[in-house]
Amino acid sequence: MPIRFPRLALAALLPAMMAVPAPAQEQPRSQQARTDLVLGMRLEPPHLDPTAGAAAAIDEVTYANLFEALTRIDADGKVVPGLAERWTVSGDGLTYRFTLREGARFHDGTAADSADVKFSLDRARAADSVNAQKAYFAAIDSVETPDPRTVVVKLSRPDGLFLFHMGTGDAAIVAPETAAANKQTPVGTGPFRFEGWTAGDRVVLVRNPDYDGPKPALERVTFRFIADPAAQVASLQAGDVDTFPQFDTYEALPQFKDDPRFTVTVGTSEGETILATNNGRKPFDDVRVRRALAHAIDPKMLIDGVLFGNGVAIGSHFPPHRDGYLDLTERYPYDVEKAKTLLAEAGYPDGFETVLKLPPPVYARRSGELIAAMLAEVGVRASIEPMEWAAWLEKVFRGKDYDLTVIAHTEPLDIDIYARPDYYFNYRSERFLALEEELNRTQDAARRKSLYGEQQKLLAEDAVNGFLFMLPVTTVQKAGVEGMWVNRPVQANDATAVRWKP
Amino acid sequence: MRRRMPKSLLVGAAITLAVVAAALLSWAWTPYPAEQVRIIARLRPPGPQHWLGTDHFGRDTLSMILVGARNSLAVAASAVLLGAAAGVPLGLAAAAWGRWGDELVARLGDLLFAFPAVLTAMLLTAVLGPGGTNAVLALAVFNAAVLARVTRGAAQQAWRREFVRAALALGRGPLSATLAHVLPNIAGTVIVQATILFAVAILNEAALSYLGLGIQPPSPSWGRMLGDAQTFLFTAPLQAVFPGAAIALTVLGLNLLGDGLRDWLDPRER
Amino acid sequence: MLAFLARRLLTLALTAWLATLLIFALLQLVPGDPALLMLGTAARPDTLAALRAQMGLDEPLPLRYLGWLGGLLRGDLGTSVTYARPVAGLVAERMAVTLPLAALALLLSTALAVPLGLLAAARHRRAGDWAVAGFGRLGISVPSFWVGILLILLFSVKLGWFRAGGFPGWGAGAGPALMALLLPAAALAIPEAAILARVTRSALLDALREDYARTARAKGLSGAAVLLRHVLPNALAPVVTVLGLQAAFLVGGAVVVENVFTLPGLGRLLYQAVGQRDLIVVQGIVVILVILVVLANAAVDIAYAALDPRPKVA
Repeated sequence: MPIRFPRLALAALLPAMMAVPAPAQEQPRSQQARTDLVLGMRLEPPHLDPTAGAAAAIDEVTYANLFEALTRIDADGKVVPGLAERWTVSGDGLTYRFTLREGARFHDGTAADSADVKFSLDRARAADSVNAQKAYFAAIDSVETPDPRTVVVKLSRPDGLFLFHMGTGDAAIVAPETAAANKQTPVGTGPFRFEGWTAGDRVVLVRNPDYDGPKPALERVTFRFIADPAAQVASLQAGDVDTFPQFDTYEALPQFKDDPRFTVTVGTSEGETILATNNGRKPFDDVRVRRALAHAIDPKMLIDGVLFGNGVAIGSHFPPHRDGYLDLTERYPYDVEKAKTLLAEAGYPDGFETVLKLPPPVYARRSGELIAAMLAEVGVRASIEPMEWAAWLEKVFRGKDYDLTVIAHTEPLDIDIYARPDYYFNYRSERFLALEEELNRTQDAARRKSLYGEQQKLLAEDAVNGFLFMLPVTTVQKAGVEGMWVNRPVQANDATAVRWKP
Repeated sequence: MRRRMPKSLLVGAAITLAVVAAALLSWAWTPYPAEQVRIIARLRPPGPQHWLGTDHFGRDTLSMILVGARNSLAVAASAVLLGAAAGVPLGLAAAAWGRWGDELVARLGDLLFAFPAVLTAMLLTAVLGPGGTNAVLALAVFNAAVLARVTRGAAQQAWRREFVRAALALGRGPLSATLAHVLPNIAGTVIVQATILFAVAILNEAALSYLGLGIQPPSPSWGRMLGDAQTFLFTAPLQAVFPGAAIALTVLGLNLLGDGLRDWLDPRER
Repeated sequence: MLAFLARRLLTLALTAWLATLLIFALLQLVPGDPALLMLGTAARPDTLAALRAQMGLDEPLPLRYLGWLGGLLRGDLGTSVTYARPVAGLVAERMAVTLPLAALALLLSTALAVPLGLLAAARHRRAGDWAVAGFGRLGISVPSFWVGILLILLFSVKLGWFRAGGFPGWGAGAGPALMALLLPAAALAIPEAAILARVTRSALLDALREDYARTARAKGLSGAAVLLRHVLPNALAPVVTVLGLQAAFLVGGAVVVENVFTLPGLGRLLYQAVGQRDLIVVQGIVVILVILVVLANAAVDIAYAALDPRPKVA
């Protein structure tokens, strides 16, 4: 006899739970332009103190929005006034005299005066400083405060990049009373102040009503952290996110380009992406091997495969948008036979085994996979070893224990790294050092340009690293948003000039 | 006494054999070389040229799944064999040497079981670095703990049986009694457990590879294929379906095989 | 009984202590320097040394272990080196995601499994039974992260009903927060429900053969009434046992599923902390997870004793 059995209304339960209102906010149809912005970021900052960490995500929330430094870097990479409204430099380039904005205040209401500047600079260069860019402050000899609005910085040697460095997040001006707590509750002098942080999801900044400068159009900026590419696309489509700078899900760009609700911009970064090569290790100490690799790698395929076409090839360690750039992309055309010949000349007719260590970013992992496939074509069998940042920094960067790796060097004008004696490329060239020394002595713009050109040529000749492409800066945003940076001279999401089209 | 083979055993064996055959086939033939990159042909939907489509580098998905079967089975099988090599003797020893050995194995088991298998594997690969061999080691630790516990339990029961007592009374030492009488008696239980662990190992290997900690490219693995495909859910949704189906089918086959074996060897209804 | 409890507690403490030792020792072998990670490629040796001192990484190992253990006993998990916050606070914050996730998954899987088990038992050896058996087999064969991906594909990408990941925080209200947890909980619950349904079915079938069930039927009660009123309560013990035993799997699964859905839970924190070499956070989380699993097992023992009408002490 069958047992009669009441059907449980399980099916009724699920729709009830789904009946919660959908998160996508419907915009009220009014003439009033919106004054809030939701900005998407891939990585969440570990904390919010730009003077105590190298994570780009810290600056991408706080730079220019929450914290200000003496100077500021604008969308074009130029040095413009920040907390200091003007400055003078002595003829010998050793004395900088900054005049602070009158009425500048920290978000806790206290005045931001020369004592705070002195505190901040002294803290950054102190013996127990944990500033990630302590070298920026190395030339400072003394900081004097003749009056609350004046700061006099004396350098021990001329430093052509001093004003630029004083405009980075690492040089943010903080108050002695609040500096220790800035990691969790940042207090700066910027046009936005900190409102809240929902771990794993968002940081919210609101307009600072007491800001002494021009008021931003936005009242509220929400930084949302969305690590997953599919979720990034979905959040833009659903309207949860208004703008996504540094959107690196390149494969999704075409669908946004075709959609009139969105605008897509592709700008330049300072990130030369290279196949870094250990020049101190066999067989890469042989220039013929390095040249063979250069011939074996097809940058076009990388740009296509990794960036879905949104990138520019480079032939040396220099960004095409900078003064002094030399086009060397034709120096090593993609040529498998040539590569094999060079390898044979160097004594490796059958290629060799090597290890390709890859840090976490998608561009590195994907480039690495493609490079391994391309190297296999010429007989170089590269096994891939993915690494987390911590391991990469310790083993590859500091320990120089690697053969090949893929990485983007994002600091502006960083060709000087090839002159550093202990750098992880293990590259040593007297000629390059001589060029670098002359560059440091030279003020004449034309001569500097030609020296930069010489350096680029030399690096290409020596095929120090595989020079792959410039990492693009792609921004996807709603069509109504304007004022976001297109290019990225420093890591920042400067929202102070962003507004909605009325 | 011959018993009728349960249906699940037959179906499970058939699926498992098919997967193994696919893995073996991949040594000899795949529609395309599994590692061959063709950017022009990327993210193709399934079609006559590429039956299951292509991934973000234009690699043929079917070929990758076939080679992935090989990798998946190899990692899981090694992890189970290694786990058995460590766990079975440990369990036998614990049962043979009574109190102290027993207590030790039990406590060690408690400790290891307190860590979820994926967690153990994650931490171990953080220490050793990601890769196929290290994934094997990480998964083997968990398998060893399970097999030690199961072997110990089964062996203890066997020790209480009369023929073992008789053997001991006849002057056999614990080692010789273990080998001659206990081991053959518990082999079935251990094999059933190993089959189920094999299935679990496939799942855990896939999870590790999904997190990027398992077998490394260019060699394909099902878990990593899923991880890659998740990035392309909007452009190529089907790429996130096939590798998962391959995992599910393999695990299903092994589970059926394990259940069937158990029913066959011990036909009490469960 | 008291002696049993004392022994049980002692083993629990011993297991937990060994776990701390094991985890501490293991983590010292992980390559990577958290100070270097925080300061990046421009870091200078003196800054690194200063930061390491600030993080307390310059003390000798045994001292660090004892300091950590001492803190643990006082309920102090230490301070995260990356987030510069007390680990306890971080963990509590993430628990507010992981615990509801696990609870929701348990709820869903029970809500799915018990009716299925009932159906299978009621339709023993007929279509309903086979269907449930099929679900059971299939459910334990699919990886939960794949279920997660498929759910995203269906409900986020195709239908657009849910976000594809992330968590708005409880501050945004219970509705949106629960919405964000629903898909991941379902991904965890489906394999779980498969196991539970099988256990429920066989426990019910066992109980149906008991005398009281036959008596109840003989008294003229309908089959459904017997099943629900008499048999189900008696069959709960093994179901609860399996629920408890699954705790470890649920925790392990949560680690992966939180990564699929980028939920800021304990599992994701753990994954990130391993990446950031924030070892004190890793240590803290692992110890808490281990203690949770051990406690869940102990709770099962007690629940088993309470639910099982037959006197049976393991």
